[in-house]
Amino acid sequence: MSEVEALPNGWQLIVGLEVHVELATKTKMFSASANRFGDEPNTNIDPVTLGLPGALPVLNQHAIELAMRIGLALNCKVQPCTFHRKNYFYPDLPKAYQITQYDHPLNVDGFLMLPGDVRIGVERAHLEEDTGKSTHFGGSSGRIHGSDYSLLDYNRAGVPLVEIVSRPDIRTSEQARQYVAELRSILLAVAASDAKMEEGSMRCDVNVSVHKPGTPFGTRCEIKNVNSIRSVGRAIDYESRRQVDLLESGGTIRQETRHWDDSTGRTETLRTKEDADDYRYFLEPDLVPLVPDPAWIEAVRAALPVLPAARRKALAELCGVDKDGESALVVVERGQDDYVRAVISAGGDARRAVIYVQQAFAEQGSAPKVPAKDLAALTILERDAKVTSTQAKTLLADLIEAGGGDVVAMAAKRGFETLDTSAVEAMVDAAIAAEPGAWKKYCDGEEKALGALVGAVMKSSKGKADGKIITALLQAKKSS
Amino acid sequence: MQKLVEIASNVSNGTLSASAVVEQYLAQISAREPEIHAFNLVTADQARLDAAKIDIDIKAGKEVGALAGVPIALKDNMCTRGVETTCSSKILQGWKPPYDATVVTKLRAAGAVIVGKTNLDEFAMGSSTENSAFGPTRNPHDISRVPGGSSGGSAAAVSAGFAAASLGSDTGGSIRQPAALCGVVGVKPTYGLVSRYGLVAFASSLDQIGPFTNDVRDAATLLEVISGHDPMDSTSIPQPAPSLVSVLDQGVKGMRIGRVTDLPEGCETDVLERLEAAFDALRSAGATIVDVELPSLQYCLTAYYLIAPAEASSNLARYDGVRYGNRVDAADLNAMYAATREAGFGEEVKRRIMLGTYALSAGYYDAYYGKALKVRRLISDDFARAYKDVDTILTPTSPSTAFKFGSKTENPLAMYLCDVFTIPTNLAGHPAMSVPFGVGLDSMPVGVQVLASTLGEQAMFKVAAELERAS
Repeated sequence: MSEVEALPNGWQLIVGLEVHVELATKTKMFSASANRFGDEPNTNIDPVTLGLPGALPVLNQHAIELAMRIGLALNCKVQPCTFHRKNYFYPDLPKAYQITQYDHPLNVDGFLMLPGDVRIGVERAHLEEDTGKSTHFGGSSGRIHGSDYSLLDYNRAGVPLVEIVSRPDIRTSEQARQYVAELRSILLAVAASDAKMEEGSMRCDVNVSVHKPGTPFGTRCEIKNVNSIRSVGRAIDYESRRQVDLLESGGTIRQETRHWDDSTGRTETLRTKEDADDYRYFLEPDLVPLVPDPAWIEAVRAALPVLPAARRKALAELCGVDKDGESALVVVERGQDDYVRAVISAGGDARRAVIYVQQAFAEQGSAPKVPAKDLAALTILERDAKVTSTQAKTLLADLIEAGGGDVVAMAAKRGFETLDTSAVEAMVDAAIAAEPGAWKKYCDGEEKALGALVGAVMKSSKGKADGKIITALLQAKKSS
Repeated sequence: MQKLVEIASNVSNGTLSASAVVEQYLAQISAREPEIHAFNLVTADQARLDAAKIDIDIKAGKEVGALAGVPIALKDNMCTRGVETTCSSKILQGWKPPYDATVVTKLRAAGAVIVGKTNLDEFAMGSSTENSAFGPTRNPHDISRVPGGSSGGSAAAVSAGFAAASLGSDTGGSIRQPAALCGVVGVKPTYGLVSRYGLVAFASSLDQIGPFTNDVRDAATLLEVISGHDPMDSTSIPQPAPSLVSVLDQGVKGMRIGRVTDLPEGCETDVLERLEAAFDALRSAGATIVDVELPSLQYCLTAYYLIAPAEASSNLARYDGVRYGNRVDAADLNAMYAATREAGFGEEVKRRIMLGTYALSAGYYDAYYGKALKVRRLISDDFARAYKDVDTILTPTSPSTAFKFGSKTENPLAMYLCDVFTIPTNLAGHPAMSVPFGVGLDSMPVGVQVLASTLGEQAMFKVAAELERAS
């Protein structure tokens, strides 16, 4: 892992993440209204959602189960817990308090492993309810202050959330991106959330501080409005540099909440600690303590699917690729590892199978249309050098387009045949003769010159020569 | 005065029409409501329609419920679909809930006829109904005196014959104290026995709905109808409610009745004399009087006035002018909040919101709210010890009979002391009821309070029935 974002002068970055995920329940956390994104505003509402006088919350059992799945998948201890009220005034918070978990959350003390066996602690993963959505019109900032009017949609109010709080174990922006990506894969694998950052069903708050190793952690700033994995990295890179610059110029960091602006690539002060609300947390008297039956916890644990990290490891071992590499990562995230297994079972070449699927099956989902045996046949054609890798790519596109088929017939139809080595060697000699300058540079150790020579052979063979064979022949001639 | 059970029985067997009953009560309302002001709203037209429908059902031979044709008044903090529910507050004036409280659904299913919404201290905060934004209710026994509170309208409605029964809510004594002052029976059931769904919250961990009636049998009948598990209220007790009417004639022979030796001071002598008379009556009926100590009793009032306002400060935060109720427009959001709440809430409500907000604030929580919760545990422990030795405990309901208007409004602490005997029950979540037991020196009614442990309603009603027989 390259650490291009390493800070100057020995400064060390410390990051902790708070990730909110909306749970994939049918109904809301405390009422029977639908939990559904994108509906006509204010249609999924009821007395509880609107906080009408006299309405009372009743816990959604499915939300508890999904929250337990998340906790167990993150190696947390699932424990008896309570609900608190977090009191503050805002128009999109109907009761003027949010029901959340405070000193006794459902899930505690877990961890998540990043590629390269980096362990990031998970302090807690607790249940809470979402707020409604405000849209402010007029004014320049898109925020309530200075706006002409605001519209409120309470469809989201009361949607069940789990807030996953990491320990401040993250040391680079790359790790932060990996953490969010890995968390997202886990959430999808356990079907707890659709985890769509673009729709807000997964949202990140990033806590950033810097310090010199051996000294206490610095004052942290919390960054909000970070809406994509890419923004997580950019926001951390910007914010850590801002903090270092400030400290190096003799300034001090103020504990504050900052707003990430994706268009300017900067963070700016949203509110300082002094203006922070006193939330006056107290035990929610309308709910009773939640004490999950140990048998229930074990049943949820037993029903958990194999998690992405274990699936990547298994796939990597099967296919001979790096478990933290792109192909294992991507294929498992798309849920296509079972498909790759099917291709291998059908006699396919394991390494080619995983790479083909990684490169060409982005749109295919977990159940690609191409029959496994057809893809298997293609990997064998390439492995046995019956087609070149370039030709194989063309055939793969044909296969996907047609939703399967006989690849041997497809190859013949396109007139694909590989040239034998002696024919290629003749073309290689011809290319050396035609491009003496390039050949000289290549022989003098300029590897870039190789491309021109390979290209010339490919051109004269009309793409029927295998690039790897051309390269091998050129290398052999250079060293002879 | 008609008994609820007689009305229901006569209407059910066709000897009395529900319409005739409702007309009789509406006539009484017309005659005396102008001087009493028990109601925020009399729903005469709907009551007539409901009564007519019951009569039609009975003629058609349909099954009718246990409260067929019984005129009932509801405290105006219980949601009634499409019917204004104000909590006697300007902030909710005009608000019509889109749903019925669970108790309202149960009453309707049992054939009750709702005659109106009764006055209360704003958001149930008070002990005299003087804190209503719509003017006080007067005590039907002497209109220069308060009916008690906060359910003063519901107590007065039964006392004045405006309804055969009514429902109130009790957070620190708001059913029992006005019942005592108006000379009717008032019951605060075990916390969780009656659903709070649709009861506009004052202090959620203390609030409980209960009946006002003319006698103990009516109270038992009405409580049986409204109690029972409700999946819409997470604090509702998930088990069948105790049978009450069946125990009323069992007497108290062999029962152990607690007399609190360290009762807080400040109770009027004539009230204490009635309490002694009650002990004598129970002794004569075969009960044993046993001394019990409740050392934490003296801290309950203080603890209550931290816990209840703390919860209220959160429960009442939703009245922000954004979604419903009255809004006062202003330059920006915070100014709108302030203007709305300044205009919408009365003085006592604001006082308690401030008290509660302070008690929960960072840096003060442990000293105030945290300590109050400890007292709450202590009083529960005290009661648990006492109930090893006794079945019920008897105390005064209110330290005095009904007082004159204005006599305590200038001194909130004097008003708070009205609840000194009723509050401990709410902190413990126990049941308690007030039974009329004679009059004081001023000829005003005196109530005796019967307390019992969690779900101890049967023992409580046995004792109450015995006191009623002896009074």
